[in-house]
Amino acid sequence: MILTREPETFPKSPGIIGRMGRWLLLSSREIGRASMLLLEALLAIRFVIHRRSRDQVVEQMYSYGIKSLSVVTIVAVFTGMILALQTGIELRKFNQEVNIGTAVMVSMLREMGPFMTGLIMSACVGSSMAALLGTMTVSEEIAAMEIMSISPVQYLVMPRLLAMMLIMPALSFYTCIMGVIGGGVVGMTQLDVAWANYIDNATRYADNKDLFVGLFKAVLFGMIITAVSCHEGFRASQGAVGVGRATRKSVIESFLLILIVGYFVTRLFYF
Amino acid sequence: MEQKNPVMIRFEHVTKSLGGRVVLDDLDFSIARGETFVIVGSSGVGKSVTLKHMVRLLTPDSGRIFVEDACVSEAAGKPLEHIREQFGYLFQSGALLAWLTVFENVALPLREKTTMGEKEIQDRVMQVLGLVGLETEGGKVPSEISGGMRKRAGLARAIVRQPEIVLYDEPTSGLDPVTSRTIDALIEKLRVELGVTSVVVTHDLQSALTIGTRIAMLQGHLQELCTPAEFVRSQQPEVKEFLESQFITRKGVWERNLS
Repeated sequence: MILTREPETFPKSPGIIGRMGRWLLLSSREIGRASMLLLEALLAIRFVIHRRSRDQVVEQMYSYGIKSLSVVTIVAVFTGMILALQTGIELRKFNQEVNIGTAVMVSMLREMGPFMTGLIMSACVGSSMAALLGTMTVSEEIAAMEIMSISPVQYLVMPRLLAMMLIMPALSFYTCIMGVIGGGVVGMTQLDVAWANYIDNATRYADNKDLFVGLFKAVLFGMIITAVSCHEGFRASQGAVGVGRATRKSVIESFLLILIVGYFVTRLFYF
Repeated sequence: MEQKNPVMIRFEHVTKSLGGRVVLDDLDFSIARGETFVIVGSSGVGKSVTLKHMVRLLTPDSGRIFVEDACVSEAAGKPLEHIREQFGYLFQSGALLAWLTVFENVALPLREKTTMGEKEIQDRVMQVLGLVGLETEGGKVPSEISGGMRKRAGLARAIVRQPEIVLYDEPTSGLDPVTSRTIDALIEKLRVELGVTSVVVTHDLQSALTIGTRIAMLQGHLQELCTPAEFVRSQQPEVKEFLESQFITRKGVWERNLS
């Protein structure tokens, strides 16, 4: 895959139909290129047997996972607390506040765990990926790699993709646990729900499917964040301005795709 | 024994426009095996663009480019990879990977694209770092060394695999005069001892006249293509102006009236 591209121009069209058509064509092209990048990186996972690649994957997992843990913890705990508070206020009207356990657990496992983790990782990790690869592109480091016949996809994208595919489900699961703990704290302190009752209620109605669908979503979100961020990084041009633009676009596009894909996965498994 | 093509790189009527402006206009020339071909010209006339076409970082709008007998301007995938393996490329900025040390940067193509052992790689890297005067800087990352050192490290990486062709994009810009002449001597040594074909883009006419076997002056099109001796005697107004701007007379010596 040739990543170093020439400046591309696509003439502007007059009229609203022409502009919409141009937007559609350009969007389709970029989605196609990002998909090709993802496919090539997935195929390159076979090279992870090389020690250098393995080391890179472990390094990236540490960088993405451990270094994001503090922000993930805070967001997860408060997400669980908000969920418990909002559902508890409504359930209290029917003396059903003990059921906040189920509400928090199911919401966190199915949606909020992978969703919140995806958003955090997109903002923290995706943006840094786009900025790094964007800087490398504009400073001709990617071109230098291509001339040395070193595949930037294999050398740079694959370890990041694999690291994200492995770390995202783990972080998502951790987010769920932290969210449930946060919900339990609100249950105990604000809604007079005993901890044992809360946990009993939370574990009674959640099943394995909820867990596995959530983890599946997390893997998908990891792939989306990596593909979008790396693609935008490789597209960067025009120096620092271009790198900034690539970083911003990578976060926006990842957010949107996480929402859209999340909806369709939910629909696929629960409807 | 297989006879090698005496022509290393051939441009056939290459035209290229960027941003609506014709940058290369019907460029047609060839570079012989083992020669040091220097491209000079004002900023923005397409010198680096010409260089990038040789390794298909850019593709011509029309015309073709051959490396030996392979058409690089139409190559892709494995054939392109094979052609590129013949090249070393020194970028203007050095283009070193920021998180690797100088040693690791230079060792990168050996580690990724050869089956050499670690000891062999270490010996080879130290040898080329010695050639560019960076043997004591191998443990530093690019942000810890000067721009000139980064360029020299980039040069070490470009030649570490002993390529047949080395492309130099402004090899002496930003370097002090002594280091510049060391780089010139290295390019000349590669040509004489190893028969390396070099293509050098530069504004430094002293360097061009020292190392070049032929000099091409670009103005979008090919303004002049001749030996250094012919270049300093050229009657082309653009060439004369270029020479005079760097105080070079028709005898090829430096002359500046300081009175």
